[in-house]
Amino acid sequence: MCADVHGTGDATLAANPLSAQPIHPMRVGLLVTCLVDMMRPNIGFAALDLLESAGCSVVVPEGQTCCGQPGWNSGDRESAKALSEKLIAEFADCPWVVAPSGSCAGMVRTHYPELFRDDPLMREKARALAGRTWELTDFLANVAKVHAVPGRFSGTLTYHDTCSGLRELGVKAQPRRLLAMLPGAKLQEMTGCETCCGFGGTFAVKFSEISTLMADQKCENIAASGADAVVLGDLGCMLNIEGRLRKRGDATRVLHIAEVLAGDTGDTGEASGAGR
Amino acid sequence: MKAQSVRFKARSADAMANPVLQRNLGRFATGGLGKLRADAVAAYGSQAFEDLREAAKAIRDRSLASLDVWIAQFEQEAVRRGATVLFAETAEDARDLVLEICRRHDIRKAVKSKSMLSEEAGLNEALAEAGVQPVETDLGEYIIQLAGEAPSHIIAPAVHKSRDEVSDLFEQHHGTPRKTDIPQMTREAREALRAHFLSGDLGISGGNFLIAETGSGIIVTNEGNGRMVTTLPRVHVCITGIEKVIPTLEDLSTLLRILPRSATGQAISNYASFFTGVRGEADAEGPEHMYFVLVDGGRTNLVGTDLQDMLRCIRCGACMNHCPVYGAVGGHAYGWVYPGPMGAVLTPAYVGLEEALDLPQAATLCGACSVVCPVKIPLPDLMRTLREKQVERGLRPESERVGLRLWSWFAQHPKLYALATRIAVRVMRWHADKAGMIYWMPFASGWVGSGKAGEGRFLPAPAGKTFRELLAARRRGP
Ligand code: SF4
Repeated sequence: MCADVHGTGDATLAANPLSAQPIHPMRVGLLVTCLVDMMRPNIGFAALDLLESAGCSVVVPEGQTCCGQPGWNSGDRESAKALSEKLIAEFADCPWVVAPSGSCAGMVRTHYPELFRDDPLMREKARALAGRTWELTDFLANVAKVHAVPGRFSGTLTYHDTCSGLRELGVKAQPRRLLAMLPGAKLQEMTGCETCCGFGGTFAVKFSEISTLMADQKCENIAASGADAVVLGDLGCMLNIEGRLRKRGDATRVLHIAEVLAGDTGDTGEASGAGR
Repeated sequence: MKAQSVRFKARSADAMANPVLQRNLGRFATGGLGKLRADAVAAYGSQAFEDLREAAKAIRDRSLASLDVWIAQFEQEAVRRGATVLFAETAEDARDLVLEICRRHDIRKAVKSKSMLSEEAGLNEALAEAGVQPVETDLGEYIIQLAGEAPSHIIAPAVHKSRDEVSDLFEQHHGTPRKTDIPQMTREAREALRAHFLSGDLGISGGNFLIAETGSGIIVTNEGNGRMVTTLPRVHVCITGIEKVIPTLEDLSTLLRILPRSATGQAISNYASFFTGVRGEADAEGPEHMYFVLVDGGRTNLVGTDLQDMLRCIRCGACMNHCPVYGAVGGHAYGWVYPGPMGAVLTPAYVGLEEALDLPQAATLCGACSVVCPVKIPLPDLMRTLREKQVERGLRPESERVGLRLWSWFAQHPKLYALATRIAVRVMRWHADKAGMIYWMPFASGWVGSGKAGEGRFLPAPAGKTFRELLAARRRGP
């Protein structure tokens, strides 16, 4: 259940200068996502910092693993169901659930209710959770309504709209509004910022060549934008884009929107995560 | 047409290795129909266009909900106006019906306007074998008929061809000096086709819609060839799918607003040609004999199933115009009549799940198709449904099934999962080079591809500890 393993007390709130919500702290369950947990924990800490500086009291339900998206997209409804039931229970007590990922938030918001076509009780629970679940930038911009962010960045950024966030959740203006609050950062849009990068989960492995070709087009557009870093909100797509950029010998940085907004763009790795 | 969809991987590899095709596809992606559609939507007003999509969807849903009723009414009205309505259970049956019509009316030459169903039925080959010369008169179809190819796009069949390739084809087949000026080339094609229009004794058309209240068919074209095909020859056959019936002309007016905008970004197509019955006594033109061949071809199997939404399709092509996979491999890779996202659903549905295993998988589920589809078909959801059916029928590789089950089992056991991921991130870290990149992945070799520069990508290595480990350390204090 939603045990408060990492909460901030009410006291910190009154003095919080960054949020327009000074009265009661919003209790937010952080849906870390399995990829962030394993591949880039830094993003999890950045999300945590952002939520706290927005005045939220953040809990990180301990047993959380995977939202079930791999099974769902591979036609394995049963495993998706099992994992969604687990997640629904884990976040049952959280008034808000926030994920630093458009595709995981999209999974909960748009697909969880579909999973329980024939089970009205679970469907209701899934719907309820779906209604409380937010993608990070969507939450910061539209729920917490922040007016400032802790980070700073000197240089040019370009933003890649990841597919599920954009098309399932309507995440488009939110990250841009937040980036505009960053001192020193200039946003330079690339051509085709809404075009898929070719990740698609197992697609990248099953259809390697097509996926590479799509990633190449993305890399070319990133390069043409002249930006110092490409920023996006889904780690899967980051791994795809960064992996392909490096293979092409392109050193453009690939940053998660949470890292940029939190001002935590140092080398990924344990140093940046544990050294706080 | 025999489906080649089982060879999707090989065919897409060929397409990606073909520089001319890649150049043509690239031009299509950047300057193509997607941009024209976006401009048309902006001009119409994006909210108004959303309302229009909703209305179009409702019309198609209403049509499909009582399909049998509308078909019966269509038949009654069409027959009342002197047309003959024939039903074909399969595309092959439709082909045989057309051949029978050719025999009955002693047909020598058939002029055709675009019909995807005639592709499903492999009609051209069958006509030629029966001694009837088929002549495609849509410019794109004409080009690929000269080239001996199949269409690679449902509304721009020759989109994979460059101007140079067309110049060569015209020079070779028309026996005229090679031209590269597009207006001159279209003029030449028009002159070549004119003789065929006048000498054709059968006109074969598709049908964008069939209107139940009047028994009419309608085709939407830009070149005017459709009107010639449906009025000049003494016999006209309209061959189309049974799902194309809509109740009223009023419904049509809504669909005619959204179809051209979605397809080519036009507010209205150059021609909307109606055909209602045979030539009357007072009519100056029109066929003496008019047939509708309405084909099932697997369509009724979808009614009432979780794939029924697909039957709303009005064949605009917007889904493929916006599909990044289509943009990478082109239409021929899909191996049957319908390419792109709609083909990824229709091919397994009509030809068989086993015949097109890769098609529903060859998608990132990015959703670009469903947000432009004028009748709001949830194409990614339907592909997911097909993936589920593949799993249920045991059509996925064992390794994939085991992998998913294993992942799901671990993920349901948080303690073991925590341990396994702790180990995994360390192993991955060890395999990374100084820059933090992994080059070698035994269980997901597709990620890194072969060693070649053009293939695959590196894997940015993990930090070496999981978030949950680091969080626990942070809670314990420095
Ligand atoms: S599926 Fe939708 S977008 Fe694709 S051709 Fe059919 S109507 Fe057009």
